[in-house]
Amino acid sequence: MTTLTPVLTENWDKPDSFTLDGYGDYSAARKALGMDPDAIIQAVKDSGLRGRGGAGFPTGMKWGFIPQGDGKPHYLVVNADESEPGTCKDIPLMMANPHALVEGVIITSYAIRANHAFIYVRGEVLHVIRRLRAAVQEAYEKGYLGSDIFGSGYDLELVVHSGAGAYICGEETALLDSLEGYRGQPRLKPPFPAVAGLYACPTVINNVESVASVPSIVANGAAWFASMGTEKSKGFGIFSLSGHVTRPGQYEAPLGITLRELLDMAGGIREGHRLKFWTPGGSSTPIFTEEHLDVPLDFESVGAKGSMLGTRALQIFDETTCVVRAVLRWTEFYAHESCGKCTPCREGTYWLKQVLKRLEKGQGTEEDLSTITDIADNILGRSFCALGDGATSPIHSSVKHFRDEYLKHFEIGGCPFDPAASTVWGKA
Amino acid sequence: MTYAPEVRERLERDAKEIIGRYPKSRSALLPLLHLVQSEDGYVSDDGQEFCAEMLGLTKAEVVGVSTFYTMYKRKPAGQYHVGVCINTLCAVMGGDQIWEELTEHVGVGHDETTADGKISLERLECNAACDFAPVMMVNWEFFDNQTPASAKQLVDDLRDGKDVAPTRGPKKLCTFKEASRVLAGMSDGLAGDGPSAAGPSLEGLRLAKEKGWSKPPREGAE
Ligand SMILES: Cc1cc2nc3c(=O)[nH]c(=O)nc-3n(C[C@H](O)[C@H](O)[C@H](O)COP(=O)(O)O)c2cc1C
Ligand code: SF4
Ligand code: FES
Repeated sequence: MTTLTPVLTENWDKPDSFTLDGYGDYSAARKALGMDPDAIIQAVKDSGLRGRGGAGFPTGMKWGFIPQGDGKPHYLVVNADESEPGTCKDIPLMMANPHALVEGVIITSYAIRANHAFIYVRGEVLHVIRRLRAAVQEAYEKGYLGSDIFGSGYDLELVVHSGAGAYICGEETALLDSLEGYRGQPRLKPPFPAVAGLYACPTVINNVESVASVPSIVANGAAWFASMGTEKSKGFGIFSLSGHVTRPGQYEAPLGITLRELLDMAGGIREGHRLKFWTPGGSSTPIFTEEHLDVPLDFESVGAKGSMLGTRALQIFDETTCVVRAVLRWTEFYAHESCGKCTPCREGTYWLKQVLKRLEKGQGTEEDLSTITDIADNILGRSFCALGDGATSPIHSSVKHFRDEYLKHFEIGGCPFDPAASTVWGKA
Repeated sequence: MTYAPEVRERLERDAKEIIGRYPKSRSALLPLLHLVQSEDGYVSDDGQEFCAEMLGLTKAEVVGVSTFYTMYKRKPAGQYHVGVCINTLCAVMGGDQIWEELTEHVGVGHDETTADGKISLERLECNAACDFAPVMMVNWEFFDNQTPASAKQLVDDLRDGKDVAPTRGPKKLCTFKEASRVLAGMSDGLAGDGPSAAGPSLEGLRLAKEKGWSKPPREGAE
């Protein structure tokens, strides 16, 4: 049986967890600044930590791509844009435990030889921004940021930067454009950010949870981290359960835990109902059904079953939920958030939305089902960035698992579900 | 209309402080647009002109950026900008019904403001609080676990000038302009208010403590 392993969430129930008093004395950063930067990169490689922002790229390897002795400034940019539908882990993490992130920023910046770091946080979370700023301020006052940190001779400036509402700014190169003061649109790769990122200088972009996990690796050792999780997906991660579960919330566990185990911990599906479909890692990851309850939630196993671990955003829907309505709403989201730079995504998401609207109203035809999968085929792999690919996940997976439910809509000329039944206050 | 000299002077002082935080000045554009909203309640013409002047950009360059981002309002937002999350998870859990009843109750639609300037409404995308669904935001503070009744009560209280507290946030809600100033990068000293975490955020930790589960011991410990 897998059990929970609170690390990043461990102090969240302390009333002052967001202050230095409630956090600790940055002993991991102190230790790190006495180490050779390359030894830190090696430790993070050895730990097996993979990016927690969705793609799962090995973190230590990413840091290792930063050219050294190139004479250019290096930058660390923390991706705190958290906007993928269903994803809700970084926001409570920064609200309750911002110092874990700040300490992670110090260690990471030192390892990649950056003297300037940024936290790019979505703008729509005012109190989280206050907490981050206050934590940064406290760290400056203690001399944990600024010049000659811990007397090591190492200098670091850290700026908390608020975004302004745009999902695409979570895509790392769009984020860089946004941080430079432009419209947030993705850049052509290569060059990769490790070579030409912020202000055309070598830049590491990492997710909040990735960076916040680093102090625990430095403090406890790479082998400690690697003792959790699975063969290729090491360590712990925050699993976010939302929707039709008895106790939705944040559950920090080793990678490889299953939804069945998590649901057990969360009191199961809400009373009197049963699981219908769920996303393993946000709306951009193909939906799963009951059949996938025992899939280990690690990068490989979820991938082998045709979805992605993504951000471990487990959105749970019971049998009262209309899958067509769910997919239409996600599609409206992608159409709204498409940055318009490339045709397959800009036009494709628009047409998907139109056809799905028709289908949901029961005015579609069986041909419309081939139309949406054709449009999705034309977006997937042909888009400039992964937003377009993500938009096709709900389409393909819902048609695969719930074709009959689409058909039912136009058989009866409308939606067979009562939306009131799926609300929190809806009666069973 | 341009800013009165004392307003201009204050804005310039703030703008210079913000610009000074960045290696390249243009990076300050998003914060400066938030600063403009803290003065005018939207990205006014004057405000965008001001950003252009401060950063050595053309006004067209500034407008090209401001129109890309949904948080920059083209016309004055209400003193209380009220959002309802209508992304799938919240919509299904009741956000759609909240939105319907609330727009009916307030009498304005998406991105519209009441005639008294007090309330504006917006359909929001996922605000990273899905475990608190259905979610609402007022001036970008969390109002978790809403119902149609609580949503209408909330707006009534705001219109009546009653003190309203977010579920996870400061003791007293700020105005849209005050919130925009925080977004621009200025402190309002309220970070210490409110809980560290609440409700669903603590479920996993609560269970772990109850069961005696914890992370493995440190390497070389014991
Ligand atoms: C449309 C889109 C939105 C994204 N949003 C986020 C986000 O909000 N936070 C995040 O960390 N990564 C996001 N990503 C992934 C980033 O591009 C990038 O892979 C990640 O920040 C790298 O950090 P990691 O290696 O630590 O995971 C997004 C990607 C895409 C295509
Ligand atoms: S895939 Fe969509 S979001 Fe990405 S660049 Fe193309 S239009 Fe923009
Ligand atoms: S779907 Fe509403 S907060 Fe995520």
